[in-house]
Amino acid sequence: MKLQQTEIVDTFAEAFGMWAARVVITADSAKWALAAARAMTGFATSVIGCKCEAGIERELPAEETPDRRPGISVLLFAMDAEGVGKRLVERIGQCVMTCPTTSCFNGLEAEKRVSVGGKLRFFGDGHQIAKRLDGQRYWRVPVMDGEFLVADRFAVQPAVGGGNLLILGRDRPSVLAATEAAAAAMRQVPGVILPFPDGVVRSGSKVGSRYKTLIASTNDAYCPSLRGAVAESLVPEDVACVLEIVIDGLDLTAVESAMRAGLEAAAGAGAAQLSAGNYGGNLGQFHIKLKDLVA
Amino acid sequence: MGLKLTLRNQPQVPLEAEVISPDRLDGMKPAKAGALTVQHGNQEAALGDFFRIEAHDGDELRVAGDLSRVKLVGAAMSRGRIVIEGDVGMHLGAVMAGGEILVEGKAGDWVGPEMRGGRITIKGDAGHAVGSAYRGSQIGMRGGEIIVQGRAGNEVGNTMRGGLIAIGGDCGDFAGVNMLAGTIVVLGALGIRSGAGMKRGSIVAMGGAEPLPTFTHACRYQPSYLRLYLLHLRRLGLAVEDGQLDGLYDRWSGDSIELNRGELLLLQS
Repeated sequence: MKLQQTEIVDTFAEAFGMWAARVVITADSAKWALAAARAMTGFATSVIGCKCEAGIERELPAEETPDRRPGISVLLFAMDAEGVGKRLVERIGQCVMTCPTTSCFNGLEAEKRVSVGGKLRFFGDGHQIAKRLDGQRYWRVPVMDGEFLVADRFAVQPAVGGGNLLILGRDRPSVLAATEAAAAAMRQVPGVILPFPDGVVRSGSKVGSRYKTLIASTNDAYCPSLRGAVAESLVPEDVACVLEIVIDGLDLTAVESAMRAGLEAAAGAGAAQLSAGNYGGNLGQFHIKLKDLVA
Repeated sequence: MGLKLTLRNQPQVPLEAEVISPDRLDGMKPAKAGALTVQHGNQEAALGDFFRIEAHDGDELRVAGDLSRVKLVGAAMSRGRIVIEGDVGMHLGAVMAGGEILVEGKAGDWVGPEMRGGRITIKGDAGHAVGSAYRGSQIGMRGGEIIVQGRAGNEVGNTMRGGLIAIGGDCGDFAGVNMLAGTIVVLGALGIRSGAGMKRGSIVAMGGAEPLPTFTHACRYQPSYLRLYLLHLRRLGLAVEDGQLDGLYDRWSGDSIELNRGELLLLQS
């Protein structure tokens, strides 16, 4: 199947059930809100090594934030609700509370909630103050520039992680250009993040390894340099570069919408072939067929 | 289908009418509602002796007329909505746990004493002891919101432990006296001895105040949480100005004769 001049491989992306939270960070200026969000979403590319996946969903104008200051919306994903709660405590505590002028709010509506401010409050060493407004509890933790305001509990909801696209092309510049175009288009979709550096990953992985200590290792089937060395290479002869975009979303529709946007943008930017990673369909609950997305 | 009560006979002495509550009147026929007992001075009487009661299309309970001698409207209510098209007497929403009361005129003393939840909005002024504890009680208002768009009298939030009281204009003396927790926001000026004996809690004032000598000045800053409160109050119809939202506040800690964990936040003049 072709999308413009780009071949769409008849395959599917295999995505997994995860849990997610949305964190709204506000600050006196967009600069400081972004600084906190960048710190919070650092080292959060893959649950395999980072215990969570996180990214900036979008910038929020002051009119859209709870305290009418500039803000950033961050999505954080982990394999279970408890994991989301632990990572929120760690990352908000170390990266948002530490950042000048910030406040931190829950950005989701969901039944299940995890304690975040309720744990971070202890940093106040007895000087913290609880406030309840409109049914929500907040904690005021005294800090050296005033106070850090944080929601007591954050909502968590089932989500979808591991949606992905593989962009193949004749050389690195052309594939980078197509991948950047795809990532830019995907970022416009609400409710998704692309957790890897600027949305792009070059070290795609397969499950398992010949070394017992590793649960994942390089996706040799898509390494151009191994085309002559592995039995089942999926790299076409005229392809010398493959990049991947991983998508985590608050629901399947969001992930599909992002993948659709990415396919169209990558094809428009001249990718030779677009594919997706899966594990034979045996691991992930969600199978997102590329041909269904471009039909 | 809700009920509308219109005062047709002004009581000669205060009428205690806690039956005027959605908890008691929801789903009731007008005739049955009219037979409910009220206390007129030292005499028992029927609600229908004083009010013309009829059904109307809305869900809310509407009460019309000068109710300044009618006490305990909405007392202990837990749900629903009362709209009072005029003034109302003392003890409005006493020990109220939920629902909403809107007063389009002014209210007497003891609005929302020992309130637990819900919201009371007074478009005019309110009397003394808004959201206070009754005499001898250990704890006053524990939750909910009282919004007075006009002025209020003395002892706003006496011994309150939770919830929000907002006064659109000035308030009298002893606001937040013996306060345990919660928040009082006064868009006007505070009277004297505000926060006397307070353990915890926040008293915010835009129009200035003279802190007691047992309060200590901490700093001048922008309390992050206050923006949430002020934006909330603006949504509820109070005239919160941008300068109040973005302004600097002097924080005074007190009362040092107690825990010294409370705060007075006074907008920089």
